[in-house]
Amino acid sequence: MKLPEFLELQLLPLPANLPAGRARADCRQWLQLAATLRESGARLLALWGADDRDRDGCFRIYAAYLLTEGVLLAEHAMETTEATADPVYPSLAAIFPVAQRMQRAVYDLLGIAAEESLGPEADRRGWLRHGGWPENFFPLRRDVDGSQQRPNISAPYPFVMVEGSGVHEIAVGPVHAGTIEPGHFRFSVVGEKMLRLEERLGYTHKGVARLFETMPQSGGHRLAARISGDAAVAFSWAYCAALESITGTTCPARATLLRALALEHERLANHLGDLGALGNDAGFAFGLTHFSRLKEDLLRSNAAAFGARYLLDYVVPGGVAVDLPAEAPARLLELYADLEQSATNLRSIYDEHAGLQDRFRGTGRLQQSVAEKLGALGLVARASGIARDLRVDNPWPPYDNIAAKCIVQSAGDVAARVQIRFDEVYESLRLCRAFLQELSAGTVPASAGQVNIPVPAAAPYQLGLGVIESWRGPVLIVLETGPDAANGTIRRCHAHDPSWQNWPLIEYAVIGDIVPDFPLINKSFNLSYSGQDG
Amino acid sequence: MWNTLSRMARTGLLTEPLPALDGSSPELTALQSELLAVLGRALCIRQVDAGSCNGCELEIQALHNPYYNLEGAGIQFVASPRHADMLLVTGPVSVNMEEALRRTYDAIPDPKFVIAVGDCGACGGIFGTSYASRGGVANILPVNFTVTGCPPTPTAILRGILQTVRVPLTEVQRNRPISA
Repeated sequence: MKLPEFLELQLLPLPANLPAGRARADCRQWLQLAATLRESGARLLALWGADDRDRDGCFRIYAAYLLTEGVLLAEHAMETTEATADPVYPSLAAIFPVAQRMQRAVYDLLGIAAEESLGPEADRRGWLRHGGWPENFFPLRRDVDGSQQRPNISAPYPFVMVEGSGVHEIAVGPVHAGTIEPGHFRFSVVGEKMLRLEERLGYTHKGVARLFETMPQSGGHRLAARISGDAAVAFSWAYCAALESITGTTCPARATLLRALALEHERLANHLGDLGALGNDAGFAFGLTHFSRLKEDLLRSNAAAFGARYLLDYVVPGGVAVDLPAEAPARLLELYADLEQSATNLRSIYDEHAGLQDRFRGTGRLQQSVAEKLGALGLVARASGIARDLRVDNPWPPYDNIAAKCIVQSAGDVAARVQIRFDEVYESLRLCRAFLQELSAGTVPASAGQVNIPVPAAAPYQLGLGVIESWRGPVLIVLETGPDAANGTIRRCHAHDPSWQNWPLIEYAVIGDIVPDFPLINKSFNLSYSGQDG
Repeated sequence: MWNTLSRMARTGLLTEPLPALDGSSPELTALQSELLAVLGRALCIRQVDAGSCNGCELEIQALHNPYYNLEGAGIQFVASPRHADMLLVTGPVSVNMEEALRRTYDAIPDPKFVIAVGDCGACGGIFGTSYASRGGVANILPVNFTVTGCPPTPTAILRGILQTVRVPLTEVQRNRPISA
């Protein structure tokens, strides 16, 4: 990784599971770096802040960029004085539009605001703060009590109005008409055509960042797994990768393979579930019945192989919780064979079903140019022609040994996101077989005590990160260790889900489609509310 | 079409018997007629995610798969709380969802049941109470039954639903308010 010289930035090392560096930037460099990276095709992966006034009198704002060669962390410190108790930093929204919601979240949690110098006036509406705590209370500041309960005071949230003859609004949520997560969608429609969609999220905000600070390093993976339950393996692995990078721990090879096997099972479970749900949302209940059966078969195999249907407590610091039972590999191979054959059969049914294809094709189209401009990540980006997958681009162990294939589609519509899922199911099955082969080959033998090792206490004030390509896209955990090395405390931990990037894209993908297609489009993205709300 | 039909025929019926409650296995037809006698129709459930990590939602969705076949037992999930007899709540109740949860509960006609699903629904779980979380569902609503687990298995959730309906059915019949 190299930075352009004119920026006069020093690249510092940063412990991580893939190539990473860290740079301290002043106000000018903060913006220049962002602009330079934007031109070189980098993505803004995450943006967050920290209150370090107790250490050096500064608030800090961080931005993590995803480059082709790894992750670059930019850090900008803001000194506070009597006169500037609530400092500001230059907004990145004009360079990376995706920064907008993250900057609103940073303000809600820390009270440091982004200042617009290039674009339009900053959006000051609360994103995570809905009225459950006062305007002048910032839960991530170190001088406040984050455990205190306050009454809700509802405040109006002005949505952007669309005016014109025949335009009306449809308000949906936060409670939706199904077993799904809560969020609010405000549609401006004319007839049944959607002119504009505005999302309001934050309903499931549970104060994860503050909670991390009360946990020991050895327990943080449990909370990480519960940031978004459907990506539990990815998040807990990212957390463990951050902690292990800081402490210089290398997991046993067998544990690393088992983590990857679990991660691919998580991908399979979600893809199979989504393929069924997408059929159902297009009026083909047969699809839901058959895919939900396959998903259930997989979850039952998870229980037999990993000890649980959903692997929320499987990845632990230093390895994994349990080894595969002796009979598991043979059973899993049988399962993979059935899944592959069934998926192929169902795919031909989907492909040949005219009614289904009529609903899928051309619906919810996200053009590549929009996906590029707004920094789409993961599956959604790959369905719009952006060939990016960390397992392929920056493979971490054991993916560095396996040559995973990046699945791409170009149409950017619901049909493309369906095809991506089918192809990724096959690719995941191939990877699972390869991992199982390595697990049984004898180079990483199964014997007691080899699936996890103790992780030593981390030195104080160390920053490290873990990035894992979840089924949805890259998830990030940034961990800063606390001063108490003996007890292994956490000073700050920021978790980022790719849903942050992809939620705003739905607002673009639905334009011009009809309201009854919204559930289908939304499902084809299948983003995490809890993951973005934190 | 032939492909679709042949797949149906080859897959066959996968539905498993309902889970046992305290040793007595509920007979499917007995349960259906019992529900019919009391409600005159299927048991209708409205689910609300009050702040969960979405893990519990995945297992509740699994109840619809052919193995558990919830609808076959005469239990269905409905979109409107006004059509519901039972509220299934997941998650620690986030501060931002408190009002929506209360309003959903109020919209369900009496008599009604509330089940808190998952460790978070039971007591707040790993999230506990904080500036952003009100903790367990019982801190906000009267809860009839709690299903623990992180996430609880579909069988545990199904058992919880059956247990809740069976125990106080006679009380419902007598139009008495249901106690927690």
